[in-house]
Amino acid sequence: MNHVSDPKKLKVVGTRPIRPDGADKVTGRASFGADMSLPGMLTGAIKRSPHAHARILSIDTSKAEALPGVKAVVTAKDFPEIASEEAFVGEGPMNFRDLSRNCMARDKVLYEGHAVAAVAATSTAIAAQAAALIEVEYEVLPHVIDVEEAMADGAPLLHDDVFTAGVSPKPEKPSNVAKRVEFILGDVDAAMKTAEVIVEGRYTTKPVHQAYIEPHACVASVSGDGQAQVWCSSQGQFMVRAYCAKLLGMELSDIRVMPAEIGGGFGGKTLVYLEPLALALSRKSGRPVRMVMSREDVFRATGPTSGGVVEIKLGATRDGRIVAAECLLKFQAGAFPGSPVQPAAMTAFACYDLENVKVVGFDVVSNRPKVAAYRAPGAPISAFGVESAVDDLARALNMDPIALREKNAAKDGTKAAYGPTLKDIGFVETLEAAKNHPNMQVKLGPNQGRGVACGFWFNIGGESSGAVHVNEDGTVVVVSGNPDIGGSRASMAMMAAEVLGIPVERVRPIVGDTASIGYSFLTGGSRVTFATGMAVSQAAEKVVEQLKARAAALWDISAEAVEWCDGTAYPAGPNAGEFEPLPLAEIASKSGRTGGPITAEVSVNAQGAGPGYATHVCDVEVDRETGHVTILRYTAVQDVGRAIHPTYVEGQIQGGVTQGVGWALNEEYIYNAKGLLENPGFLDYRVPVASDLPMIDAVMIEVPNPRHPFGAKGVGEVPIVPPMAAVANAIRDAIGVRMHDLPMSPPKIRAALDAGELPMAAE
Amino acid sequence: MARVFVSGSVARHLTGGETEFEVKADTVGRLVRELDRRFPGLGNQVEESMAVAIDGVICQDTLMEPIPPNSEIHLIPKIAGG
Repeated sequence: MNHVSDPKKLKVVGTRPIRPDGADKVTGRASFGADMSLPGMLTGAIKRSPHAHARILSIDTSKAEALPGVKAVVTAKDFPEIASEEAFVGEGPMNFRDLSRNCMARDKVLYEGHAVAAVAATSTAIAAQAAALIEVEYEVLPHVIDVEEAMADGAPLLHDDVFTAGVSPKPEKPSNVAKRVEFILGDVDAAMKTAEVIVEGRYTTKPVHQAYIEPHACVASVSGDGQAQVWCSSQGQFMVRAYCAKLLGMELSDIRVMPAEIGGGFGGKTLVYLEPLALALSRKSGRPVRMVMSREDVFRATGPTSGGVVEIKLGATRDGRIVAAECLLKFQAGAFPGSPVQPAAMTAFACYDLENVKVVGFDVVSNRPKVAAYRAPGAPISAFGVESAVDDLARALNMDPIALREKNAAKDGTKAAYGPTLKDIGFVETLEAAKNHPNMQVKLGPNQGRGVACGFWFNIGGESSGAVHVNEDGTVVVVSGNPDIGGSRASMAMMAAEVLGIPVERVRPIVGDTASIGYSFLTGGSRVTFATGMAVSQAAEKVVEQLKARAAALWDISAEAVEWCDGTAYPAGPNAGEFEPLPLAEIASKSGRTGGPITAEVSVNAQGAGPGYATHVCDVEVDRETGHVTILRYTAVQDVGRAIHPTYVEGQIQGGVTQGVGWALNEEYIYNAKGLLENPGFLDYRVPVASDLPMIDAVMIEVPNPRHPFGAKGVGEVPIVPPMAAVANAIRDAIGVRMHDLPMSPPKIRAALDAGELPMAAE
Repeated sequence: MARVFVSGSVARHLTGGETEFEVKADTVGRLVRELDRRFPGLGNQVEESMAVAIDGVICQDTLMEPIPPNSEIHLIPKIAGG
């Protein structure tokens, strides 16, 4: 059922109620992954590889096991050997065998920090001491960090069973290039020959971490009968259950996962790292085990997103019509195959209505932690290249950058470069709103510049469950199967309240564990407000039908003769009879006498998540002496479908921009010659802080998604797509230098100014 | 009849390079079966690791979605997120 025939009639959706989880979070009462404590609980610690690439010759745990207080030690031998099997349990395809070997190295260590053993002991100090006593003999192997060096002939080979997929004939030799992907539309070579203006560029980005504030943490407890419970912070309790069951050879029904509050994920908590180890240690020791990563562990051993190389060539006519677009992508996957090069290739030109496109991408392994999803995986990397090149094209054509984008913009009916014909999209509307924003009228001073960039993300739906329970006093509990990483409890409560016709304050939203709510795919892909919101709305509709039936029973009339309005049952008309209206609370108080508790649970597999588009405008000032870039103004316009809770939506936009600005200006992993990470902490890996940024102006455009009961589209990922190019284009505007390599940190800006680098443009 | 378009390299490999063809199917499940009949392996590939865009609406992990007559079908890689 669609509830937005007239948005003005909405009473809850679109308002800004107080956050249901706010009080606990600001007072420190919220319970995160590390906060769980059980009687007899042990502390776990991990022995990690000191080498970037090495063969494990032997592991001697005897000294650790002999240490008083040590209750269990596990190595790869304690986990079943997993066959190669692709799975879509988390975000993106993940091979179970690779995941098992990422959690615990089996024959080789593939990056510094790779786990080789784990211990559980009666104190943190004993666990750390025991880990240090584990003796591992290695044969150190040559390593490779850089993506293009990993692709080169003669590069150190990480896996002897990885053969480049997507090429014909199938290669006979193994390679670090795990996959080649290609998307072709039209005839790029022929169209490029007709271009009157061509711009080209080669861009590089560094791997960056999701930098969630809360490190990975969990508590696992396995009973003597094999029943296991896990409390952890993740983006999906069902994902944790599925991965742990597979990696430990357990039944799904033997594992119950309780979702803790989550202190940020951004895609990085769509995998397991600690949970299988904690379960194995608990199973072996017979005691509950808590494991908590340090920040160093997080940097050394959990997935950042890829770094990449992006080569772009755009051809256009003199009036600004892009006739051909070509893109080559080389993405680091980390230690195992599976970079987001495919979505990067698909999204590269999704903002534009183009007839001739060719995108080729390579997925490349190297001696770094296996990458994990990060907001709109891959899209920000290709967008950095594409949107920088579009800016160069605007300059070469002497066109306004928004006008050039308007001329080539994707709209309803455009056949996207990745295939489908687009519908119900709001890209042109974002360009229009950006053009007319007051920030565009602000005059710029010396060394100041303005940059425009756009972005696209698909958004997804998928399997979700939601339940609505009416309490005896007329209050309502909404249960969903998705961890709340961006305000989903608020939006679930609001959608339920809207359907039920009651104030949102009477609805308490919670996140259910794996045994108390139906299966729900993880929180990611900007899917929860769309898909789980659909399940919750439908559950609320079912509850309304029950409430009408209960009123009918009390009045002794037909349920069809009852209307539901503003949380109250009314006779549908004079023919229904004359009765005093029955509010929800009154019906609830008599529910026992009219059939029992009023409750409904709905599970859906939601399809048709509408894609999101954004246009960003960034103003910067560059200090030519130091190379420091100050963000003066930032305007982020986004098609959000329908904002259920606008404050949360604005927060998503502002958060995405902030992470993108960090990616643009500061964040990078620094490896030494031995392939060891030299900046595994927030002092040396610099994420933006509040004083680095102005207030980000988030502008919401609402082009509703007809597939959602309230028109919602995913909003959490698009806002990280344009910022790197928006900042780069602003720097180009400020100082006349095109920056091709991220991060655009002060030394690089200074070096570029010294070199007097000029934008690449050729006719 | 639905018109099927294939743009990605993996699926193209299974169609022998064919990028456009017509298929009679009124649900994604029937489409998968028909694809497998005509291009052995493609149906399984679509079911396991691809999404199906039906007239621009992306559907994945479902065999139940209806396919209206004369639909435009695109076979694209499955989409995740962060």
